[in-house]
Amino acid sequence: MAKYYWNEYQKTIADDKYFYERSCIRQTFFPGSETAFLRIVREELGKDIYDEMNQHTCTGIGYHADVVPLETTMTVVARLFSLMKDAGYTNYVPSCVTSFGVFSEMVEIWNHQPETLEKTRDYLRKATGREFDIPLNLVHPSDIIYKYRFELKDKMKYALVNRFTGKPLQVVEHIGCHYAKIFPEKGVGKAEFPHVLAGMIEAWGGEVVDYPERRHCCGFGFRHYLLQSNRGYSIANTKKKFESMEPFEPDFIVANCPGCTMFMDKWQYTIAEMEHKTYDKDGYGIPVLTYEEMAGLLLGYNPWELGLQLHQVQSEILLDKIGIPYDPKEKYKAADGRILPKPERPNNLLV
Amino acid sequence: MKKVAIIGAGPAGIEAASILANQQVEVLLFEKSLNTLSNMLDKAYLFPDFSPANDLVDKLNKKLLHQQITLFTGTEITDVKKDGKEWKVIDAKGMSYIVSAVLLTSGYSVFDAKRKEELGYGIYNGVITSIDLEKMIKYNQIENSMGDKPKRIVFLQCVGSRDEKSGNNYCSKICCVTAVKQAIEVKKLLPDTDVYIFYMDLRMWGQSFEEMYRESQEKYDVSYVRGRISEAASTFDKKIQIKAEDTLLGVPLKMTTDLLVLMVGMEASCGTKTLAETLHIKGEYGFAKSLNCHLQDNETTQQGLFIAGSCKRPMGINETLADARSASVIIMDYINAMQENDK
Repeated sequence: MAKYYWNEYQKTIADDKYFYERSCIRQTFFPGSETAFLRIVREELGKDIYDEMNQHTCTGIGYHADVVPLETTMTVVARLFSLMKDAGYTNYVPSCVTSFGVFSEMVEIWNHQPETLEKTRDYLRKATGREFDIPLNLVHPSDIIYKYRFELKDKMKYALVNRFTGKPLQVVEHIGCHYAKIFPEKGVGKAEFPHVLAGMIEAWGGEVVDYPERRHCCGFGFRHYLLQSNRGYSIANTKKKFESMEPFEPDFIVANCPGCTMFMDKWQYTIAEMEHKTYDKDGYGIPVLTYEEMAGLLLGYNPWELGLQLHQVQSEILLDKIGIPYDPKEKYKAADGRILPKPERPNNLLV
Repeated sequence: MKKVAIIGAGPAGIEAASILANQQVEVLLFEKSLNTLSNMLDKAYLFPDFSPANDLVDKLNKKLLHQQITLFTGTEITDVKKDGKEWKVIDAKGMSYIVSAVLLTSGYSVFDAKRKEELGYGIYNGVITSIDLEKMIKYNQIENSMGDKPKRIVFLQCVGSRDEKSGNNYCSKICCVTAVKQAIEVKKLLPDTDVYIFYMDLRMWGQSFEEMYRESQEKYDVSYVRGRISEAASTFDKKIQIKAEDTLLGVPLKMTTDLLVLMVGMEASCGTKTLAETLHIKGEYGFAKSLNCHLQDNETTQQGLFIAGSCKRPMGINETLADARSASVIIMDYINAMQENDK
């Protein structure tokens, strides 16, 4: 039986005129990803996307940690939507999967409880004097890249192919839980076999690794990580995933959620320190990319401008496999031309 | 006129046709498929006596060789209308037939296991349904996705039954005993294969079912685990990994298996749903609704319109046949009363 079943469910993704909302943490951990997304949408696809300066948190982490009450989250989300209204857009695109889940949840509540929507309008009005509209189209940026994956392929300089063997790269894809597990119909391919990243990988020449713990949590899980006493539980989940994917010898991992990308990247260092264990053959770890970084690399963007040097697991081996050129001397060069100090080397994870 | 239209040539339709024909009633038997008994053709053995399904198919088909029965295969009935005291039955080609009474025996269809995405049917070759396994047993070709004899087979009960997420809160009734039957058949063919059955609770309601269940454990070493399987995935060596909770031991468990068999439940067939809607006799979950489940279980709110078999609710074959015989008696009463009134 073919895996085409994964393709069957498609959601509505607006064609153009997007209002972009940035993530709280992505610019710290993957500083080039959001910039790369805006560049891809504007320069490669020629679409209109608005990057709002006055945006703020969606409360996602606080909301899921039970620190922020629901009514507050609703009002904060309403304020973000009011910024979209002021800018004259109707298609809302939050960079973060957690935010995407929060927005989807608030909209769902409002659709079912008009009185709660009116209360939220009232709270926002009293607090800020602002008005808001519910977006006509709410999608994650990975949906947009998925929608235009074949158009982007035509512009790509590289493919997900190992240039030494001519074989497709083996790619682990990991979808953030809040992308489709809360509302399956909000995700391309729904919750169990989401196709949003698999579609990109397949379109760009790679092969998706379907390993047993493919659908397992990355290990973030909000309160599992946020409480220090629970972090053993967090890393145990990540370890379970890596042990499951190890026999498939993946070339890299791609994710569409800030938490997933960060945890699957950083915990490799921690596991290496704790257990002297890495999940690739040579001790370098398995690179973890965002989907914007994956697209940007194939489009020929400079790996260091994409921010790959700020990942825990370094990506030179992957770049070599694809055939992407890079200048080692430029790796730690800041935007103003300064050469930044090199980070300390881990004891066990090779870089 | 003693003429009855029967819609659906499964066990219920054929049995009723035979009994009515023996009472000198002219029967028009309509079947949408090209074959009669299409749901039975790939069955190997029947519970609880392990009699070959082919024997029953042959015996039922022989009953159709009756001069009072006209069989229309490949004929879909699209509309049924009351026409004065009589009924007009119209097929997809626009042909209409006038009859005194109509018996709906349009049956069931099996739950589409792809709807339970997390179980991987349609994604992984090692995940099959009870229908697929029945064919494998019938043709003695029980193989895993690599073409090898499976060393372990896991059954999962209640796929698409007793499941709010699927929209089917009802019990499909026959899956429990079917899994026991199939597990025994597997062990007869492959004695060295480990067989596990994951269940919520086992409903051994029929005669000899409990004994079969016991025999499966004592004689055939089938293992039963009380728990639902939450997800299935493929392993590096193309086996199926399942995750479940053993609710008796209170522990989560992970297991690999060569085949995962999903015991798919019964749903109202497409024809049942459509005709029940058209005829205003639609009951719960799209099945046809009888007037009264105790005393008028073959009658409907429409005079002269009768129902029998699994178009009403999930039923095994022996129950279906008994229900068809019951409907035939009621139909005879109805036709005789009509004729008395016409005198």
